[in-house]
Amino acid sequence: MSKKTLTIALMDPPYESENLTTAFRILDVAARRGYNINVFAYEGASGLAFVRQSPHPNPVHGKDVAEENHPTTKDQVAALLAEAEKNGGKVDWVNCGMCVDERGVNEFVPGTRRGSPADFHTFIEASDNVLVIPTK
Amino acid sequence: MARKTLNIVESAYRAVMEEQDDTILWLLAAMQGAGAEHTVVLRGNAVNYAVAGQGVPGLTVGEWKQTQAPKMDRDVLDLIEKRKIPVYVVTEDLSDRGIERGELVPGVQLLSRTALPRLFAEYALVAHW
Repeated sequence: MSKKTLTIALMDPPYESENLTTAFRILDVAARRGYNINVFAYEGASGLAFVRQSPHPNPVHGKDVAEENHPTTKDQVAALLAEAEKNGGKVDWVNCGMCVDERGVNEFVPGTRRGSPADFHTFIEASDNVLVIPTK
Repeated sequence: MARKTLNIVESAYRAVMEEQDDTILWLLAAMQGAGAEHTVVLRGNAVNYAVAGQGVPGLTVGEWKQTQAPKMDRDVLDLIEKRKIPVYVVTEDLSDRGIERGELVPGVQLLSRTALPRLFAEYALVAHW
């Protein structure tokens, strides 16, 4: 059976909804199965791979940085790329160029790249299936 | 003396996995530490925050694992017991969802929708989150 290719379009910014947690759960399974994965990170989601995210302590929880182990989406993106590679798949993670410019988040996790809606079109044409997770 | 604020929390489970808590309950706890005087009313889907024993596995992406997944019942208890923030739950919203009083963490107070306006009058500020 040929290797499956899955495209997911994301719109939500980090730390604003549960949509991204759902998306990463799906992406994780796809990576573990060695699928080829395309991600079009659009609008707020263009900040997911912003490399200057940093974890913080949580005084309300009474935890320092290490204890709180606060999630950053850049770490999740990097882990996704590594997991796919380990299982023989690849991830083409495209950060919408205009979206990152207007947000000032144009420094990416290595292995992700700047792109445009044309990339999303190309992804759709080349995929076995496409999942759009929009902002509501 | 701080202005008393009534906080009606309705938006629920929004980004709790990424933040490892609810952003509004966290904000109120932090403000209380700075001298604010808050009360919380959980309504709508947020009444589920008061259900004891809830939890969720942390997110896993490849080798990356979340180790501090949110526990909303723990955070509600923290507001009540440690921060001394009164927490009310709207009874009709519990009933709509089939949640019994015995399922709730100790210390939450039940409040009918019809009693809300009287509660509003006791506060200088009412915030609907």
